[in-house]
Amino acid sequence: MIPKVPRENLLELCRRMLLIRHFEERLIHLHDEERFSGHYHVYIGQEATGVPALSCLERGDFLFTTHRNHGHLLARGADPRRLFAEILGRKDGYNKGKGGTFHLAASELGFFHTSGIVGGIIPLATGTAYAARAKKSGQITVCLFGDGALEEGAAPESFNLASLWKLPVLFLCENNGKYGAGRAVGAAQSPTMAVYPLTDLPATYKIPAKQIDGTDAGAVHVAVSEAVAKIRRGEGPQFIETQTVRWPGSETNWPVVPVATDAAMAWDVSSVPEAVREWYRSSDPVLIFIRELWEKKQATKEDIAELDRDVRKAVEQAANFALASPFPEPEEALKDVFA
Amino acid sequence: MRELAYYEAKLEALSELMAADESVHLIGGSFLGLSPHRGLFSAIEKNYPDRVIAPPISELGYSGLAIGAAMAGLRTVVDLGTGSFIYEAWPQVVNEAANAFYMSGGQTRAPVVFHVLHGIRGAGAAQHSHSPQAMLWNCPGLEIVLPSSPGDVKGLLKTAARSPNPTIFIDHAQLLETRGPVPEGDGAIPFGRAEVKRAGKDVTVIATSIEVQRSLAVAEQLAREGIQVEVVDPRTVVPLDFATLLESVEKTGRVVIVDQCHKSCGIAAEIAARIAEEGFDKLKAPIRRVTTPDVPIPFSPPLEEFVTPSEPRIIEAIRSVLR
Ligand SMILES: Cc1ncc(C[n+]2csc(CCOP(=O)(O)OP(=O)(O)O)c2C)c(N)n1
Ligand SMILES: [Mg+2]
Repeated sequence: MIPKVPRENLLELCRRMLLIRHFEERLIHLHDEERFSGHYHVYIGQEATGVPALSCLERGDFLFTTHRNHGHLLARGADPRRLFAEILGRKDGYNKGKGGTFHLAASELGFFHTSGIVGGIIPLATGTAYAARAKKSGQITVCLFGDGALEEGAAPESFNLASLWKLPVLFLCENNGKYGAGRAVGAAQSPTMAVYPLTDLPATYKIPAKQIDGTDAGAVHVAVSEAVAKIRRGEGPQFIETQTVRWPGSETNWPVVPVATDAAMAWDVSSVPEAVREWYRSSDPVLIFIRELWEKKQATKEDIAELDRDVRKAVEQAANFALASPFPEPEEALKDVFA
Repeated sequence: MRELAYYEAKLEALSELMAADESVHLIGGSFLGLSPHRGLFSAIEKNYPDRVIAPPISELGYSGLAIGAAMAGLRTVVDLGTGSFIYEAWPQVVNEAANAFYMSGGQTRAPVVFHVLHGIRGAGAAQHSHSPQAMLWNCPGLEIVLPSSPGDVKGLLKTAARSPNPTIFIDHAQLLETRGPVPEGDGAIPFGRAEVKRAGKDVTVIATSIEVQRSLAVAEQLAREGIQVEVVDPRTVVPLDFATLLESVEKTGRVVIVDQCHKSCGIAAEIAARIAEEGFDKLKAPIRRVTTPDVPIPFSPPLEEFVTPSEPRIIEAIRSVLR
């Protein structure tokens, strides 16, 4: 289903989802071309979670994200040129090249600190929520993390704190594991998580918790906007688990692009290699959203094709900007240790 | 002697330990980090399905579990992955394991091994590049092992798993492909025996972990200029074979200490202090340290290179003490 928002907002949601997709596919190529090294994680397959979810927030709200952060920053409107530049370790990157893929931070967008430590951000999110309440600022905090983070003790400790003190925070748990805990009702328990469904964990701490389909932009939009409204009304923390099917390109330790996404694949997946076709047909959140926009007559195939072309061009320009950006001076390494 | 890669020697030690002693249990599975050979570990998992556990992402919990299991008679070897992740297990490692034997008045042993891959690994940035050994050295009760070669990783891992004490086994992510001689057979190396990796009369380089390999490369290069560098590797810093280090300093009168901890209160800082205290009269030049400056590890390659104790920085330090 598509979110109940004006058509221009729908097209903007679509643009951001495509931006994430093309950005990440380009990024994987940049890695293949050895433009950067090291481990990194992409958001492909989760676009219909981050984009509609973050569209429900206000300007001054706080956000926290993890090692899988690129899509969240793009969903919030970050500049793809500076994101690419950071991931390539360049001077024009958001973190001046100090953070790289793991730690993309854009304080003007509410991303103050991105941690590569699984579970590391969950206590921090209770902290910004605590401060916002103390200052009566009306800001809320959204904490985006993976299903694996619930295995860290930091998660239940923070749920307890947030619940005890009714802190204005949304815990948004993106369950992207094909065989991950709580994938489907009745599915077997995960080999590393005894709690099933995952929502039982926050519920134990009396935090209202919902499980939704993270490939359904409309469902995400409804659940997040309702949760955000409750938090703003002072009802305390909320928890949402979104479920997505792992993108086949993320099965291996280093992502690979099985097929370059083209918006036209929303109607015709015959160009997709058979081994991965099913994912693009039934689990690809971007293609699902595009198909729905068209079915609900919110966009023509030509509108979509044009949007896709524009986004691709922007991504190419952003990559070129980053590639032209200089590396920082080595002595930059010694700066910023203290404020 | 046969040659093996570091990762092969490490796996061989793990499989031999598993085969020889049913009380050995492995918790965690990234002993080979992100190495392209990491899949080889699955052979051990297949052979001992009841004694190899893939735990949840719960470093604090499973580290404590391993300590408790060791108190109850198992020999647990825990892999925490990247050196940075041991901080997630800190309360159990430094507050429980380190204190158990002493605090119980010598009643309770905790023969657990914690393994991590430390150091600047290439694009690990601030949270995947830590070298926690110096902080751990400030926790009396923990043995600390820092192998630098295939023979040492095999022999020291054997001893670590058989030690009656909690042991931190720290090796470097970039050592995994290093090749070197590994004796056939058990090959256990006792703790507290430094090794002179290369003899030389002009200057002593005391190095640990991957910095031993870098120092050896530097020694080779400087030998062509007629500078004879002696490279000494403590191999374990707890217990520390200070006598061997001092003997070398006595011979050369000049010393450079190379390690990847941050400069302040690092491994090099402690060794330098002890040389200054106990070997001051042997020194012909001030002690030099080559370490990571007191900044978090940056992501960008030129910044990372700048803070790394690299070969050019080691050469510069050696020249400065020879002046
Ligand atoms: C404390 C800690 N332990 C282990 C890791 C290694 N690690 C990185 S990502 C990851 C899996 C995380 O799974 P999940 O939270 O579900 O996020 P996903 O990658 O699926 O988005 C692990 C174990 C880490 N980064 N931090
Ligand atoms: Mg996950």
